Amino acid sequence: MVGADVAWMLVSTALVLLMTPALGFFYGGLVRSKNALNTLMMSVAALGFVGVTWAVLGYSLAFAPGGAFVGDLSRLFLAGVGLEPQGTIPHLLFMAYQGTFAIITVALISGAIVERMRFSAYLAFLTLWALFIYAPVAHWVWGGGWLARMGALDFAGGTVVHVNAGAAALVAALVLGPRKDYGRQAFLPHNVAFTVLGAGLLWFGWFGFNAGSALAANASASLAFTNTMLAPAATLVMWTLLDLARTGKATAVGAATGMVVGLVAITPAAGFVGPMAAIALGGLAAIPSYYALLWRARTRLDDSLDVVAAHGVGGTVGALLTGVFASKAWNGTVDGLLYGNPGQLGTQAVAILAAIAYSAVGTLILLKLVGLVIPLRADANAEGLGLDISQHGEEAYASGEGAILILPKGEASSSVPAVMVEAAGGRA
Amino acid sequence: MKLVVAVIRPEKLADVLEALFHAQVLGLTINRVQGHGGETDRVENYRGTTVKMELSEKVRVEIGVSDHFVEPTVNAIIRAARTGVVGDGKIFVMPVEKVYRIRTGEEDQAAVTPVPEEVAAGR
Repeated sequence: MVGADVAWMLVSTALVLLMTPALGFFYGGLVRSKNALNTLMMSVAALGFVGVTWAVLGYSLAFAPGGAFVGDLSRLFLAGVGLEPQGTIPHLLFMAYQGTFAIITVALISGAIVERMRFSAYLAFLTLWALFIYAPVAHWVWGGGWLARMGALDFAGGTVVHVNAGAAALVAALVLGPRKDYGRQAFLPHNVAFTVLGAGLLWFGWFGFNAGSALAANASASLAFTNTMLAPAATLVMWTLLDLARTGKATAVGAATGMVVGLVAITPAAGFVGPMAAIALGGLAAIPSYYALLWRARTRLDDSLDVVAAHGVGGTVGALLTGVFASKAWNGTVDGLLYGNPGQLGTQAVAILAAIAYSAVGTLILLKLVGLVIPLRADANAEGLGLDISQHGEEAYASGEGAILILPKGEASSSVPAVMVEAAGGRA
Repeated sequence: MKLVVAVIRPEKLADVLEALFHAQVLGLTINRVQGHGGETDRVENYRGTTVKMELSEKVRVEIGVSDHFVEPTVNAIIRAARTGVVGDGKIFVMPVEKVYRIRTGEEDQAAVTPVPEEVAAGR
């Protein structure tokens, strides 16, 4: 074991874990105030539910030996996952690091279904999805599965995380259907500042996501780290220019979106391309996502927070461009199209299509299964009232006015308006 | 007595207050309101969603005054709130049936006459 590697991976794990609450703020700012907590909770719930199921079963399905498509059950309940080395770090730390990826991937999907999904149905869906969609795809690419053997390049999870979540988001948005009044009323972000804050924290955490994927504190991590700084910077510049060209104003929502798209796009390429290629990749990646997002808003597809445009399209473009810009001079192993290896682009395309197909079909099946037991959507009244009150019994921005304190049984009940909001019984 | 209700631009509120205090108009209530007064709609873009904001932010100032104070009050507001661009707002002057001052029970003219400074300071 190498002390420096252990230290960097400890830090990286914490950095990636921070991305999930950051995503909650990124998404939470984009919804209406009556759904702010529900949207945050969709990310927060993943920290708990996926965190636990990953240790119990998910890790084994993804990283236990097994076959080409899924791991076996030999790591069930972390059997045999101890402090012995896995590479140059303890196996247990490797498991924890990979768990943070499972958590954020599931949370990403929530952007497509905010403001309308019943929370209990969401909890069931997210837990099943992490086990039966995320874990197998992770196994294909990182657990010694068939895509790894084929030579598909995915440094930190462009296909496993972003294309996978993007495809699931598309299916989930179609199955759930559009929000009430979608296409008739304008739904505006209630707190753009949260969105920018979330995007900033995502970028910060992403250094752990990409540079940590080297699984060591080495040259490859440094390359991935630098590219994680440069590519989103280029996307941000391109996005701002596109905004200026289209409306004459550079929007903050656009800047936040551009950062995330750039991060998504550099994820598969981070440790494979040089810094100038990263800038080119980041700038190029802005264009398809920017127009996908404009086009989507004119359709009946209520992918509410544009997970498909940002993660699906951004992830696909990033994974393809990885096959273009990969350079042996930087990564020591493989060249892409620009360096005389056009076959790599084909391998990348196969990996993308496989992830899309499996994720889309699997997500459809899981949603139909959950729907048999729990209605997927909150009822129309609950949706109108807002999911914060109807699903969680609390408000993000309670004024406290008119709240009457309900005293426990046996004590005289008060008729004096309380300053505090009653906690246990929801709204008075 | 009259009730003067003025709807003005929020960014002009400080100027209007200053002008009113200069004119010895010391009692007023304000509200933040939204309205539409024929100004050009503001266009905003959120990703692929483009919206026209039909309502703009305004401040409504309500002032109860004695009859001879109506003109100085209205003039002060007009002077301070005018920019010359559509959207400067309106002033409505309405009759008032009855006024009470809650602290003393004073009525009508006495109730809208500013309190002498020593009373206000609690001396």
